[in-house]
Amino acid sequence: MMERPSRISIKPMITPINVVLGIILAIGCVLTVLRFTGGLSVVTNLDDNNPWGIWIGFDLLCGVALAAGGYTTSSACYIFGLKRYHSAVRPAILTAFLGYALVVLALHYDVGRPWRLPFPIFWQQGTTSLLFEVGLCVFLYLTVLFVEFTPAAFEWLGFPKLREKIVKLTILLTILGVVLSTLHQSSLGALYTIVPSKLHPLWYSGYLPVYFFISSMFAGLSMVLFEGSLAHKYMHDKMDETHLRESEGIVLGFGKAASFIMAGYVAIKVIGLSVDNNWHYLFTGYGAWFLLELIGFVALPAFVYAIGVREKNIRLIQRTAVWTVLGIILNRFNISLIAFNWHLPSAERYFPGWMEIAVSLFIVAIGIVIYRFVTTHMPILYEHPDYRSDH
Amino acid sequence: MGISRRKFLGWFGGLSATAATAASTAIAGGNHHFEGHPDTMGVLHDINRCIGCRKCEEACNTVNELPKPEKPFDDLSVLDQKRRTHADVYTVVNQFKIGNEKKHVHVKKQCNHCMEPACASACFVKAFKKMPNGSVVYDESVCVGCRYCMIACPFNIPAYEYDNAFSPKVTKCTLCYPRVQKGLLPGCVEACPKEALIYGNRKELIKIARERINKHPDQYIDHIYGEHEMGGTSWLYISGTPFSEIGMREDLGVTSAPELTSGPLSAVPIVVGLWPVLLTGIYAISKRKDKVAEEEKAEAVKAAENAADEEMKKQIAKIKQDAAKDKEAAIKREVKNALDEAAKEAEEKAKAAAELTETADAAPEKKEDE
Repeated sequence: MMERPSRISIKPMITPINVVLGIILAIGCVLTVLRFTGGLSVVTNLDDNNPWGIWIGFDLLCGVALAAGGYTTSSACYIFGLKRYHSAVRPAILTAFLGYALVVLALHYDVGRPWRLPFPIFWQQGTTSLLFEVGLCVFLYLTVLFVEFTPAAFEWLGFPKLREKIVKLTILLTILGVVLSTLHQSSLGALYTIVPSKLHPLWYSGYLPVYFFISSMFAGLSMVLFEGSLAHKYMHDKMDETHLRESEGIVLGFGKAASFIMAGYVAIKVIGLSVDNNWHYLFTGYGAWFLLELIGFVALPAFVYAIGVREKNIRLIQRTAVWTVLGIILNRFNISLIAFNWHLPSAERYFPGWMEIAVSLFIVAIGIVIYRFVTTHMPILYEHPDYRSDH
Repeated sequence: MGISRRKFLGWFGGLSATAATAASTAIAGGNHHFEGHPDTMGVLHDINRCIGCRKCEEACNTVNELPKPEKPFDDLSVLDQKRRTHADVYTVVNQFKIGNEKKHVHVKKQCNHCMEPACASACFVKAFKKMPNGSVVYDESVCVGCRYCMIACPFNIPAYEYDNAFSPKVTKCTLCYPRVQKGLLPGCVEACPKEALIYGNRKELIKIARERINKHPDQYIDHIYGEHEMGGTSWLYISGTPFSEIGMREDLGVTSAPELTSGPLSAVPIVVGLWPVLLTGIYAISKRKDKVAEEEKAEAVKAAENAADEEMKKQIAKIKQDAAKDKEAAIKREVKNALDEAAKEAEEKAKAAAELTETADAAPEKKEDE
């Protein structure tokens, strides 16, 4: 058996990143107390006209879209048989699991009575609601992701038999993951099909569920690339040879896939624009903003992805991934906040308070801390020596 | 809402039902048309008759036992600001100045009690319910506080107790459901001194409204607001001022909220039915491809091996042949050498013998002498 160098880093505890994380976590704890003792009005700028703020726009909509790397990567590897992406699956599953877990955590802050969150699933099902579809699928998918994640934990804890049993379920879990992801990614967009009178016509469309689903694919792929580049920077010592050898192929392959899907997305957006005949809105202020989103943050990065792949420019692809992720955030913000309630006078519009933003950062910081813990201790970025060539 | 349509998501909860269930309910979602409860009641608000006295607001506050506002209800200065419903305000009267005339138009605002309410359709825990008598009522005991009802409401009516940390509620007008159950009129209707509000059967109210419009076409716009807006509402409005000028949106359309979301919801059984089959197929194909590729690879390797073998054999044979030739040549050479040598030897022997004979010829006498 090969000797493995220790993967527990001996880096100093007090680094700038850790200090910032610590401050955010401390503030977050205080805000948590305020939120749960004083109510939403103490920490948010929400009001009766604007019941959903960034905790929905960012934490839920962006969180779910950016955690789509789980189903895209695992289906590429296990269903479509692209085995050369195997080393990307575990990090993607981990981030998806953490992402969804944090979405659910964030919802505890946003809803009025979080202890009742199981009600719609176990007590009284509002089956006519798209939010029910979202809730049920997120609940089920979080369970699926947890199960998909357990083999890594079992390897770490040393339960080979349990791990064996879960690994046998891989295909079933992957297919279930794609079904559930299709449903809730799309129904997050479909949530807004009920408000044609509140959402700007350029963003309102019968295709909203399709837009959300398709964009979740390249959101997930780009997020895998973005996290990959971060992990290479900060977690390099945790990676094994396989991971390092395969990583370039993953960057090129995912960049190419994202480029294609984004081009398709632009095409269906144009179709949607034509179906509703909304061309005249393009010449308004909202139209310029819409074009900035569609061209500046989807069409252009799609093109640059393609260039990066052709020239095998890894850095360019990784930067485009960040660009694309920002585009996804812009899109979700537009639909949930900026183009929502567009007809209201500006005095009645919503702008997040600093405490709302701080709570969102707090949730992200929790994610980073857990990610670091898991990748430091469990076989995520490397294969466990006892379970090699097992897949 | 109490409607049986589109319950098909329910089966998904268990992930265990058969395709037949999905099929039958999908049909129900497709061609079932809900006309509304037959005897649904409503209120007709004749905006022309409203004087903005705020008596309805006061009555609403009293019958719903809401906290008293800072400014008393007879203080009409609050009309200077445009207001909306809030957690402890279920109804408001707004005042609009029309044109250059010093004419003030007053409009009462509250829950319109939609025939197919957006809030009820949007609620993921069925906290809202359209009652047969027309009221859209809210069940606090199940509400999670997600506020999707407030997002969904096209009239921006439901309000939320943002400052309540432990038991925040969504609040809105109930069309005085508890009072109506007791045979009383809704508080606002009872309090209105000008009969600007009439409570009655919705169908009758539409007739009354139509009559008023027909009788005084110069005083009313030919439109009953709420007859068709968002699929129709229990509250109906007639007015002499265009509705869009008095804060009532005329661009809401006539499609009810459940209809707006029925498309995306009907995609659920398609995804649930299609994806597993398709993905399993793709998996099988990609696995089969791998297997075939593997087999082909093995075959190719074998063929290459065989070819190499053949070549090797040939070479060995050639080498053997060459070796044999060499050997033969060597033997021949050896034989020749040997023969040559033998011949040489024989020659030498012959030579020696000849010499001997010569000497012998010379000395026979000698021998004989002995």
